[in-house]
Amino acid sequence: MRVIIDRLAKTYVDRHGAAVEALSDVSLTVESQEFVALLGPSGCGKSTLLNAVAGLLPVSAGEVMFESPPSGRPLTAMVFQEFALFPWRTVQGNVEFGLEELGMAAAERGRRARVLIETTGLAGFEARYPHQLSGGMRQRVGIARALAVDPAALLMDEPFSALDAQTRQLMQEELLALWERTRTTILYVTHNIQEAVYMADRVVVLSRRPGRVLAEIDVPLKRPRTEAMQTEPGYLETVERIWSLIKDQARAALAEQ
Amino acid sequence: MKPRPTMTERIHVVDGTRFLARPEHRALRVLGVIGLVVLWEALGRAGAVPVLFLPSPLGVLREGWDMLRSGELLVHIGASLQRLAWGFVIGSALGIAVGVAVGFFAVAEAIGTPLIAATFPIPKIALLPLLILWLGLGEPSKIAVIALGVFFPMAINTYAGVRQADPLLIRAAVAFGAGRFSVIRKVVLPSALPMIVAGLRLAAGTALLLLVAAEMIAVESGVGFLVLHAGNIMATTKLMVGIVVLSLLGVLSHWGLGRLERALIPWRAGA
Repeated sequence: MRVIIDRLAKTYVDRHGAAVEALSDVSLTVESQEFVALLGPSGCGKSTLLNAVAGLLPVSAGEVMFESPPSGRPLTAMVFQEFALFPWRTVQGNVEFGLEELGMAAAERGRRARVLIETTGLAGFEARYPHQLSGGMRQRVGIARALAVDPAALLMDEPFSALDAQTRQLMQEELLALWERTRTTILYVTHNIQEAVYMADRVVVLSRRPGRVLAEIDVPLKRPRTEAMQTEPGYLETVERIWSLIKDQARAALAEQ
Repeated sequence: MKPRPTMTERIHVVDGTRFLARPEHRALRVLGVIGLVVLWEALGRAGAVPVLFLPSPLGVLREGWDMLRSGELLVHIGASLQRLAWGFVIGSALGIAVGVAVGFFAVAEAIGTPLIAATFPIPKIALLPLLILWLGLGEPSKIAVIALGVFFPMAINTYAGVRQADPLLIRAAVAFGAGRFSVIRKVVLPSALPMIVAGLRLAAGTALLLLVAAEMIAVESGVGFLVLHAGNIMATTKLMVGIVVLSLLGVLSHWGLGRLERALIPWRAGA
Protein backbone atom coordinates (compact mmCIF):
# COMPACT_ATOMS: atom_id res chain seq x y z
CA MET A 1 0.00 0.00 0.00
CA ARG A 2 1.24 3.49 -0.86
CA VAL A 3 0.42 6.49 1.28
CA ILE A 4 -0.10 9.57 -0.86
CA ILE A 5 -0.21 12.98 0.76
CA ASP A 6 -1.44 15.44 -1.82
CA ARG A 7 -1.02 19.20 -1.41
CA LEU A 8 -2.09 19.03 2.20
CA ALA A 9 -2.65 22.25 4.13
CA LYS A 10 -3.82 22.81 7.67
CA THR A 11 -4.74 26.12 9.25
CA TYR A 12 -6.17 26.23 12.72
CA VAL A 13 -7.44 29.00 14.93
CA ASP A 14 -5.50 29.49 18.16
CA ARG A 15 -6.87 30.55 21.56
CA HIS A 16 -6.66 34.23 20.68
CA GLY A 17 -8.68 33.75 17.52
CA ALA A 18 -5.70 34.16 15.21
CA ALA A 19 -5.29 31.84 12.23
CA VAL A 20 -2.14 29.72 12.42
CA GLU A 21 -0.88 27.99 9.30
CA ALA A 22 0.58 24.70 10.48
CA LEU A 23 1.08 22.98 7.14
CA SER A 24 1.25 24.48 3.71
CA ASP A 25 1.04 22.52 0.46
CA VAL A 26 2.75 19.33 1.64
CA SER A 27 2.99 16.55 -0.92
CA LEU A 28 4.67 13.29 -0.14
CA THR A 29 4.45 9.63 -1.09
CA VAL A 30 5.41 6.75 1.15
CA GLU A 31 6.06 3.54 -0.77
CA SER A 32 5.02 0.11 0.41
CA GLN A 33 7.42 -1.35 3.00
CA GLU A 34 9.31 1.91 3.19
CA PHE A 35 10.56 3.44 6.42
CA VAL A 36 10.19 7.20 6.09
CA ALA A 37 11.22 9.69 8.74
CA LEU A 38 9.50 13.06 8.97
CA LEU A 39 11.99 15.46 10.43
CA GLY A 40 11.72 19.08 11.39
CA PRO A 41 12.26 21.66 14.11
CA SER A 42 9.73 21.92 16.92
CA GLY A 43 6.45 23.47 15.82
CA CYS A 44 6.87 22.55 12.16
CA GLY A 45 3.59 20.67 11.99
CA LYS A 46 5.07 17.20 11.62
CA SER A 47 2.73 15.76 14.25
CA THR A 48 -0.16 17.57 12.56
CA LEU A 49 0.80 15.85 9.32
CA LEU A 50 0.88 12.45 10.99
CA ASN A 51 -2.50 13.05 12.64
CA ALA A 52 -3.93 14.02 9.26
CA VAL A 53 -2.72 10.70 7.83
CA ALA A 54 -4.35 8.88 10.77
CA GLY A 55 -7.62 10.70 10.12
CA LEU A 56 -7.55 12.39 13.50
CA LEU A 57 -8.17 15.96 12.40
CA PRO A 58 -9.94 17.98 9.74
CA VAL A 59 -7.60 19.25 7.02
CA SER A 60 -7.95 22.67 5.39
CA ALA A 61 -6.95 21.69 1.86
CA GLY A 62 -5.57 18.75 -0.05
CA GLU A 63 -5.99 15.14 1.03
CA VAL A 64 -4.44 11.90 2.12
CA MET A 65 -5.00 8.79 0.05
CA PHE A 66 -4.13 5.12 0.42
CA GLU A 67 -3.36 3.41 -2.86
CA SER A 68 -4.14 -0.32 -3.24
CA PRO A 69 -5.13 -0.82 0.39
CA PRO A 70 -5.01 -4.39 1.72
CA SER A 71 -8.34 -6.01 2.51
CA GLY A 72 -9.17 -7.08 6.03
CA ARG A 73 -6.42 -5.04 7.68
CA PRO A 74 -6.67 -1.58 9.20
CA LEU A 75 -4.94 1.07 7.09
CA THR A 76 -3.03 2.68 9.94
CA ALA A 77 -2.18 2.30 13.59
CA MET A 78 -0.47 4.91 15.72
CA VAL A 79 2.24 4.99 18.36
CA PHE A 80 2.14 8.15 20.47
CA GLN A 81 4.92 10.20 22.01
CA GLU A 82 3.17 10.26 25.40
CA PHE A 83 2.32 6.56 24.99
CA ALA A 84 -1.45 7.25 25.38
CA LEU A 85 -2.05 3.93 27.13
CA PHE A 86 -5.36 3.43 28.87
CA PRO A 87 -4.50 3.61 32.59
CA TRP A 88 -7.49 1.43 33.54
CA ARG A 89 -6.39 -1.41 31.29
CA THR A 90 -3.64 -3.88 31.99
CA VAL A 91 -0.88 -4.48 29.46
CA GLN A 92 -2.95 -7.30 27.99
CA GLY A 93 -6.06 -5.10 27.87
CA ASN A 94 -4.19 -2.27 26.18
CA VAL A 95 -2.71 -4.54 23.52
CA GLU A 96 -6.15 -6.01 22.85
CA PHE A 97 -7.84 -2.61 22.44
CA GLY A 98 -7.51 -2.27 18.68
CA LEU A 99 -8.46 -5.92 18.18
CA GLU A 100 -11.67 -5.33 20.15
CA GLU A 101 -12.57 -2.48 17.84
CA LEU A 102 -11.94 -4.76 14.87
CA GLY A 103 -14.56 -7.08 16.33
CA MET A 104 -12.21 -10.00 16.93
CA ALA A 105 -13.48 -12.79 19.23
CA ALA A 106 -12.11 -12.78 22.78
CA ALA A 107 -10.11 -16.00 22.52
CA GLU A 108 -8.51 -14.98 19.22
CA ARG A 109 -7.77 -11.54 20.66
CA GLY A 110 -6.04 -13.01 23.68
CA ARG A 111 -3.92 -15.26 21.49
CA ARG A 112 -2.93 -12.45 19.13
CA ALA A 113 -2.13 -10.08 21.99
CA ARG A 114 0.06 -12.68 23.68
CA VAL A 115 2.10 -13.09 20.50
CA LEU A 116 2.76 -9.35 20.36
CA ILE A 117 3.47 -9.16 24.09
CA GLU A 118 6.05 -11.88 23.54
CA THR A 119 7.67 -10.14 20.54
CA THR A 120 7.91 -6.79 22.26
CA GLY A 121 9.56 -8.26 25.36
CA LEU A 122 6.60 -7.74 27.66
CA ALA A 123 6.10 -11.37 28.68
CA GLY A 124 5.39 -11.62 32.39
CA PHE A 125 3.94 -8.11 32.53
CA GLU A 126 0.51 -8.94 31.07
CA ALA A 127 -1.41 -8.16 34.26
CA ARG A 128 0.42 -4.92 35.11
CA TYR A 129 -1.15 -1.52 34.79
CA PRO A 130 0.71 1.19 32.84
CA HIS A 131 1.59 3.15 35.98
CA GLN A 132 3.50 0.12 37.22
CA LEU A 133 5.81 0.14 34.18
CA SER A 134 8.89 2.17 33.24
CA GLY A 135 8.75 4.56 30.28
CA GLY A 136 10.48 2.09 27.97
CA MET A 137 8.10 -0.71 28.92
CA ARG A 138 5.13 1.59 28.42
CA GLN A 139 6.19 2.41 24.90
CA ARG A 140 6.67 -1.30 24.20
CA VAL A 141 2.99 -1.64 25.10
CA GLY A 142 2.22 1.24 22.73
CA ILE A 143 4.10 -0.52 19.93
CA ALA A 144 2.52 -3.90 20.72
CA ARG A 145 -0.95 -2.30 20.68
CA ALA A 146 -0.26 -0.81 17.25
CA LEU A 147 1.34 -3.92 15.72
CA ALA A 148 -1.38 -6.19 17.11
CA VAL A 149 -3.90 -4.92 14.54
CA ASP A 150 -1.39 -5.59 11.74
CA PRO A 151 -1.78 -2.17 10.10
CA ALA A 152 -0.85 -1.52 6.48
CA ALA A 153 1.09 1.52 7.67
CA LEU A 154 2.49 2.20 11.13
CA LEU A 155 2.45 5.84 12.21
CA MET A 156 4.91 6.78 14.94
CA ASP A 157 4.85 10.21 16.55
CA GLU A 158 8.22 10.79 18.23
CA PRO A 159 7.79 7.43 19.92
CA PHE A 160 11.04 7.49 21.88
CA SER A 161 11.52 11.19 22.62
CA ALA A 162 10.02 10.90 26.11
CA LEU A 163 12.57 8.22 27.05
CA ASP A 164 16.03 8.65 28.51
CA ALA A 165 18.96 8.42 26.09
CA GLN A 166 20.02 4.84 26.93
CA THR A 167 16.48 3.48 26.75
CA ARG A 168 15.92 5.33 23.50
CA GLN A 169 19.00 3.70 21.94
CA LEU A 170 17.83 0.23 22.99
CA MET A 171 14.30 0.83 21.77
CA GLN A 172 15.62 2.00 18.40
CA GLU A 173 17.53 -1.27 18.04
CA GLU A 174 14.43 -3.25 18.98
CA LEU A 175 12.22 -1.40 16.54
CA LEU A 176 14.73 -1.91 13.73
CA ALA A 177 14.93 -5.63 14.50
CA LEU A 178 11.14 -5.83 14.56
CA TRP A 179 10.89 -3.94 11.30
CA GLU A 180 13.41 -6.27 9.61
CA ARG A 181 10.97 -9.11 10.29
CA THR A 182 7.69 -7.40 9.41
CA ARG A 183 8.68 -4.69 6.91
CA THR A 184 5.56 -2.75 7.78
CA THR A 185 5.41 0.63 6.07
CA ILE A 186 6.43 3.19 8.69
CA LEU A 187 5.97 6.93 8.82
CA TYR A 188 8.15 8.07 11.70
CA VAL A 189 8.05 11.60 13.11
CA THR A 190 11.14 12.80 14.94
CA HIS A 191 13.10 15.96 15.66
CA ASN A 192 16.30 13.97 16.09
CA ILE A 193 18.49 13.95 12.95
CA GLN A 194 20.70 11.04 14.08
CA GLU A 195 17.65 8.95 14.85
CA ALA A 196 16.03 9.77 11.49
CA VAL A 197 19.14 8.86 9.50
CA TYR A 198 19.87 5.73 11.52
CA MET A 199 16.36 4.32 11.23
CA ALA A 200 14.85 5.48 7.95
CA ASP A 201 15.25 4.70 4.25
CA ARG A 202 14.32 8.25 3.42
CA VAL A 203 14.22 11.43 5.48
CA VAL A 204 11.65 14.07 4.63
CA VAL A 205 12.78 17.41 6.04
CA LEU A 206 10.05 19.90 6.90
CA SER A 207 10.53 23.62 7.32
CA ARG A 208 9.30 25.46 10.37
CA ARG A 209 5.80 26.87 10.46
CA PRO A 210 4.10 26.77 8.09
CA GLY A 211 5.53 23.32 7.43
CA ARG A 212 6.58 22.60 3.86
CA VAL A 213 8.79 19.89 2.44
CA LEU A 214 12.32 21.35 2.36
CA ALA A 215 14.05 18.26 1.04
CA GLU A 216 13.72 14.51 0.68
CA ILE A 217 16.97 12.74 1.38
CA ASP A 218 17.70 9.07 0.72
CA VAL A 219 19.81 7.44 3.40
CA PRO A 220 22.79 5.65 1.83
CA LEU A 221 22.98 2.92 4.49
CA LYS A 222 22.39 -0.79 3.98
CA ARG A 223 19.92 -2.97 5.85
CA PRO A 224 19.99 -4.35 8.45
CA ARG A 225 21.27 -1.30 10.26
CA THR A 226 23.85 -1.76 12.97
CA GLU A 227 25.14 0.58 15.63
CA ALA A 228 28.55 0.55 13.94
CA MET A 229 27.05 2.35 10.93
CA GLN A 230 26.80 5.47 13.07
CA THR A 231 30.51 6.04 12.41
CA GLU A 232 30.36 5.44 8.65
CA PRO A 233 31.02 8.40 6.34
CA GLY A 234 27.64 7.92 4.61
CA TYR A 235 25.82 8.30 7.91
CA LEU A 236 27.89 11.25 9.11
CA GLU A 237 27.60 13.10 5.81
CA THR A 238 23.84 12.65 5.68
CA VAL A 239 23.45 13.90 9.25
CA GLU A 240 25.68 16.89 8.45
CA ARG A 241 23.75 17.65 5.28
CA ILE A 242 20.41 17.65 7.03
CA TRP A 243 21.75 19.72 9.93
CA SER A 244 23.02 22.40 7.55
CA LEU A 245 19.57 22.39 5.94
CA ILE A 246 17.66 23.06 9.13
CA LYS A 247 20.20 24.90 11.28
CA ASP A 248 18.82 28.33 10.42
CA GLN A 249 15.28 27.09 10.85
CA ALA A 250 16.07 25.68 14.27
CA ARG A 251 17.81 28.90 15.32
CA ALA A 252 14.80 30.94 14.26
CA ALA A 253 12.48 28.60 16.17
CA LEU A 254 14.66 28.98 19.26
CA ALA A 255 14.51 32.77 19.10
CA GLU A 256 10.76 32.62 18.76
CA GLN A 257 10.15 30.77 22.03
CA MET B 1 53.12 34.69 59.39
CA LYS B 2 50.43 33.96 61.92
CA PRO B 3 49.88 30.36 62.91
CA ARG B 4 46.82 28.85 61.28
CA PRO B 5 43.89 28.24 63.62
CA THR B 6 43.83 24.68 64.80
CA MET B 7 40.05 24.47 64.45
CA THR B 8 38.54 24.95 60.97
CA GLU B 9 35.09 26.45 61.15
CA ARG B 10 32.33 24.06 60.12
CA ILE B 11 28.66 24.73 59.71
CA HIS B 12 26.44 21.71 60.16
CA VAL B 13 23.51 21.44 57.79
CA VAL B 14 20.24 20.88 59.61
CA ASP B 15 16.98 19.71 58.13
CA GLY B 16 14.95 22.86 57.65
CA THR B 17 11.72 21.06 56.79
CA ARG B 18 11.27 19.39 60.20
CA PHE B 19 8.37 21.58 61.28
CA LEU B 20 6.52 20.48 58.14
CA ALA B 21 6.44 16.82 59.22
CA ARG B 22 2.97 15.59 60.11
CA PRO B 23 3.22 12.43 62.21
CA GLU B 24 0.07 10.34 62.48
CA HIS B 25 -0.44 10.41 66.29
CA ARG B 26 -2.50 7.22 66.27
CA ALA B 27 -3.04 7.21 70.02
CA LEU B 28 -4.47 10.73 70.01
CA ARG B 29 -7.05 9.74 67.41
CA VAL B 30 -8.48 7.06 69.71
CA LEU B 31 -8.04 9.12 72.87
CA GLY B 32 -10.02 12.04 71.46
CA VAL B 33 -13.13 9.93 70.92
CA ILE B 34 -12.80 8.04 74.22
CA GLY B 35 -12.15 11.27 76.09
CA LEU B 36 -15.35 12.87 74.79
CA VAL B 37 -17.48 9.85 75.74
CA VAL B 38 -15.90 9.64 79.21
CA LEU B 39 -16.43 13.36 79.80
CA TRP B 40 -20.05 13.03 78.67
CA GLU B 41 -20.67 10.09 81.05
CA ALA B 42 -18.95 11.91 83.91
CA LEU B 43 -21.09 15.02 83.41
CA GLY B 44 -24.23 12.88 83.64
CA ARG B 45 -23.09 11.02 86.75
CA ALA B 46 -22.03 14.20 88.51
CA GLY B 47 -25.57 15.45 87.97
CA ALA B 48 -24.28 18.50 86.12
CA VAL B 49 -26.81 18.05 83.33
CA PRO B 50 -30.31 16.55 83.83
CA VAL B 51 -30.65 13.14 82.13
CA LEU B 52 -33.75 14.39 80.33
CA PHE B 53 -31.64 16.82 78.31
CA LEU B 54 -28.50 14.75 77.91
CA PRO B 55 -28.78 11.03 78.56
CA SER B 56 -25.54 9.28 79.46
CA PRO B 57 -23.64 7.24 76.85
CA LEU B 58 -24.19 4.03 78.81
CA GLY B 59 -27.90 4.78 79.02
CA VAL B 60 -28.05 5.31 75.24
CA LEU B 61 -26.16 2.07 74.70
CA ARG B 62 -28.55 0.15 76.99
CA GLU B 63 -31.61 1.65 75.30
CA GLY B 64 -30.17 0.86 71.87
CA TRP B 65 -29.59 -2.76 72.88
CA ASP B 66 -33.16 -3.09 74.22
CA MET B 67 -34.59 -1.59 71.02
CA LEU B 68 -32.46 -3.93 68.96
CA ARG B 69 -33.72 -6.97 70.90
CA SER B 70 -37.34 -5.95 70.65
CA GLY B 71 -36.89 -5.54 66.89
CA GLU B 72 -38.04 -1.94 67.01
CA LEU B 73 -34.70 -0.53 65.88
CA LEU B 74 -34.36 -2.94 62.98
CA VAL B 75 -37.79 -1.97 61.66
CA HIS B 76 -36.72 1.68 61.57
CA ILE B 77 -33.30 0.98 60.09
CA GLY B 78 -34.81 -1.35 57.50
CA ALA B 79 -37.38 1.21 56.38
CA SER B 80 -34.72 3.94 56.13
CA LEU B 81 -32.25 1.77 54.25
CA GLN B 82 -34.89 0.81 51.73
CA ARG B 83 -35.72 4.44 50.99
CA LEU B 84 -32.03 5.31 50.81
CA ALA B 85 -31.27 2.43 48.47
CA TRP B 86 -34.06 3.22 46.02
CA GLY B 87 -33.36 6.94 46.07
CA PHE B 88 -29.64 6.35 45.64
CA VAL B 89 -29.98 3.88 42.77
CA ILE B 90 -32.53 5.95 40.85
CA GLY B 91 -30.79 9.28 41.50
CA SER B 92 -27.30 8.09 40.63
CA ALA B 93 -28.35 6.14 37.54
CA LEU B 94 -30.16 9.19 36.15
CA GLY B 95 -27.37 11.51 37.30
CA ILE B 96 -24.63 9.48 35.59
CA ALA B 97 -26.65 9.14 32.40
CA VAL B 98 -27.39 12.87 32.23
CA GLY B 99 -23.81 13.76 33.21
CA VAL B 100 -22.36 11.63 30.40
CA ALA B 101 -24.83 12.94 27.83
CA VAL B 102 -24.29 16.58 28.78
CA GLY B 103 -20.53 16.09 28.98
CA PHE B 104 -20.15 14.31 25.67
CA PHE B 105 -22.82 15.54 23.27
CA ALA B 106 -22.79 19.22 22.31
CA VAL B 107 -26.57 19.31 21.84
CA ALA B 108 -27.22 17.80 25.26
CA GLU B 109 -24.73 20.24 26.77
CA ALA B 110 -26.47 23.23 25.18
CA ILE B 111 -29.85 22.10 26.50
CA GLY B 112 -28.75 20.59 29.79
CA THR B 113 -26.29 23.02 31.39
CA PRO B 114 -28.68 25.98 31.76
CA LEU B 115 -31.40 23.67 33.08
CA ILE B 116 -29.09 22.15 35.66
CA ALA B 117 -27.68 25.54 36.62
CA ALA B 118 -31.22 26.84 37.18
CA THR B 119 -32.53 23.88 39.20
CA PHE B 120 -29.41 22.88 41.10
CA PRO B 121 -29.50 25.74 43.67
CA ILE B 122 -33.04 24.85 44.84
CA PRO B 123 -32.82 23.27 48.31
CA LYS B 124 -34.33 19.88 47.66
CA ILE B 125 -36.20 19.88 50.99
CA ALA B 126 -38.29 22.75 49.63
CA LEU B 127 -39.54 20.40 46.92
CA LEU B 128 -40.79 17.81 49.38
CA PRO B 129 -44.28 19.38 49.80
CA LEU B 130 -44.60 19.58 46.02
CA LEU B 131 -43.50 15.97 45.61
CA ILE B 132 -46.03 14.91 48.26
CA LEU B 133 -48.72 16.76 46.33
CA TRP B 134 -47.73 14.96 43.15
CA LEU B 135 -46.88 11.53 44.45
CA GLY B 136 -48.90 11.30 47.63
CA LEU B 137 -47.83 10.75 51.22
CA GLY B 138 -46.47 7.24 50.59
CA GLU B 139 -43.02 5.93 49.79
CA PRO B 140 -42.67 7.38 46.25
CA SER B 141 -42.44 10.98 47.45
CA LYS B 142 -39.77 10.06 50.03
CA ILE B 143 -37.75 8.15 47.48
CA ALA B 144 -38.19 10.93 44.91
CA VAL B 145 -36.77 13.62 47.17
CA ILE B 146 -33.72 11.48 47.98
CA ALA B 147 -33.28 10.64 44.29
CA LEU B 148 -33.42 14.35 43.45
CA GLY B 149 -30.83 15.13 46.09
CA VAL B 150 -28.55 12.39 44.72
CA PHE B 151 -29.17 13.29 41.09
CA PHE B 152 -27.53 16.73 41.15
CA PRO B 153 -24.13 15.93 42.67
CA MET B 154 -23.97 12.83 40.47
CA ALA B 155 -24.87 14.67 37.27
CA ILE B 156 -22.52 17.56 38.00
CA ASN B 157 -19.60 15.37 39.04
CA THR B 158 -20.06 12.99 36.13
CA TYR B 159 -20.20 15.95 33.76
CA ALA B 160 -16.96 17.35 35.20
CA GLY B 161 -15.34 13.90 35.02
CA VAL B 162 -16.36 13.45 31.39
CA ARG B 163 -15.04 16.90 30.48
CA GLN B 164 -11.73 16.01 32.13
CA ALA B 165 -11.22 12.89 30.03
CA ASP B 166 -7.79 13.13 28.40
CA PRO B 167 -8.24 14.17 24.74
CA LEU B 168 -5.08 12.22 23.91
CA LEU B 169 -6.67 8.97 25.10
CA ILE B 170 -9.82 9.73 23.15
CA ARG B 171 -7.73 10.34 20.03
CA ALA B 172 -5.82 7.12 20.67
CA ALA B 173 -9.09 5.19 20.89
CA VAL B 174 -10.31 6.78 17.65
CA ALA B 175 -6.98 6.00 15.99
CA PHE B 176 -7.68 2.34 16.76
CA GLY B 177 -11.11 2.48 15.20
CA ALA B 178 -13.32 3.32 18.18
CA GLY B 179 -16.65 4.98 17.38
CA ARG B 180 -18.66 7.30 19.59
CA PHE B 181 -20.16 4.68 21.89
CA SER B 182 -16.95 2.74 22.17
CA VAL B 183 -15.20 5.97 23.19
CA ILE B 184 -17.86 6.65 25.83
CA ARG B 185 -17.77 3.14 27.25
CA LYS B 186 -14.04 2.50 27.07
CA VAL B 187 -12.48 5.93 27.59
CA VAL B 188 -14.89 8.54 28.86
CA LEU B 189 -16.60 6.48 31.57
CA PRO B 190 -13.42 5.02 33.07
CA SER B 191 -11.87 8.53 33.00
CA ALA B 192 -14.86 9.92 34.84
CA LEU B 193 -15.00 7.10 37.38
CA PRO B 194 -12.94 8.85 40.09
CA MET B 195 -15.20 11.91 39.83
CA ILE B 196 -18.29 9.68 39.82
CA VAL B 197 -17.18 8.01 43.04
CA ALA B 198 -16.47 11.44 44.56
CA GLY B 199 -20.02 12.35 43.52
CA LEU B 200 -21.32 9.28 45.35
CA ARG B 201 -19.59 10.51 48.51
CA LEU B 202 -21.21 13.93 48.21
CA ALA B 203 -24.55 12.35 47.41
CA ALA B 204 -24.38 10.06 50.45
CA GLY B 205 -24.36 13.08 52.79
CA THR B 206 -27.21 14.78 50.96
CA ALA B 207 -29.21 11.55 50.88
CA LEU B 208 -28.95 11.09 54.64
CA LEU B 209 -30.09 14.65 55.26
CA LEU B 210 -33.08 14.35 52.95
CA LEU B 211 -33.96 10.93 54.35
CA VAL B 212 -34.35 12.34 57.86
CA ALA B 213 -36.32 15.33 56.60
CA ALA B 214 -38.64 13.15 54.51
CA GLU B 215 -39.19 10.76 57.39
CA MET B 216 -40.42 13.56 59.59
CA ILE B 217 -43.58 13.88 57.49
CA ALA B 218 -46.41 11.37 57.61
CA VAL B 219 -44.51 8.14 58.17
CA GLU B 220 -44.67 5.51 60.89
CA SER B 221 -41.19 4.09 60.46
CA GLY B 222 -37.62 5.09 59.74
CA VAL B 223 -34.82 6.58 61.76
CA GLY B 224 -36.03 10.11 61.04
CA PHE B 225 -39.45 9.20 62.40
CA LEU B 226 -37.80 7.64 65.46
CA VAL B 227 -35.87 10.85 66.20
CA LEU B 228 -38.88 13.12 65.73
CA HIS B 229 -41.33 10.91 67.61
CA ALA B 230 -38.94 10.36 70.55
CA GLY B 231 -38.42 14.10 70.73
CA ASN B 232 -42.15 14.75 70.82
CA ILE B 233 -42.67 12.44 73.78
CA MET B 234 -39.44 13.61 75.45
CA ALA B 235 -37.87 10.14 75.23
CA THR B 236 -34.43 11.70 74.96
CA THR B 237 -32.53 8.41 75.24
CA LYS B 238 -34.42 6.97 72.26
CA LEU B 239 -33.78 10.16 70.37
CA MET B 240 -30.06 9.79 71.02
CA VAL B 241 -30.17 6.18 69.82
CA GLY B 242 -31.61 7.47 66.54
CA ILE B 243 -28.84 10.04 66.23
CA VAL B 244 -26.15 7.46 66.93
CA VAL B 245 -27.66 5.19 64.27
CA LEU B 246 -27.60 8.06 61.76
CA SER B 247 -23.98 8.75 62.59
CA LEU B 248 -23.16 5.06 62.13
CA LEU B 249 -24.97 5.07 58.78
CA GLY B 250 -22.82 8.00 57.72
CA VAL B 251 -19.57 6.35 58.84
CA LEU B 252 -20.53 3.06 57.21
CA SER B 253 -21.42 4.63 53.88
CA HIS B 254 -18.14 6.53 53.90
CA TRP B 255 -16.22 3.33 54.58
CA GLY B 256 -18.22 1.37 52.01
CA LEU B 257 -17.63 3.98 49.32
CA GLY B 258 -13.93 3.91 50.10
CA ARG B 259 -13.95 0.15 49.51
CA LEU B 260 -15.97 0.63 46.33
CA GLU B 261 -13.48 3.21 45.11
CA ARG B 262 -10.55 0.83 45.54
CA ALA B 263 -12.46 -1.96 43.82
CA LEU B 264 -13.61 0.19 40.88
CA ILE B 265 -10.39 2.09 40.34
CA PRO B 266 -7.58 -0.45 40.79
CA TRP B 267 -5.27 1.47 38.44
CA ARG B 268 -5.16 4.30 40.96
CA ALA B 269 -3.80 2.10 43.73
CA GLY B 270 -0.39 3.40 44.68
CA ALA B 271 -0.24 5.63 41.63
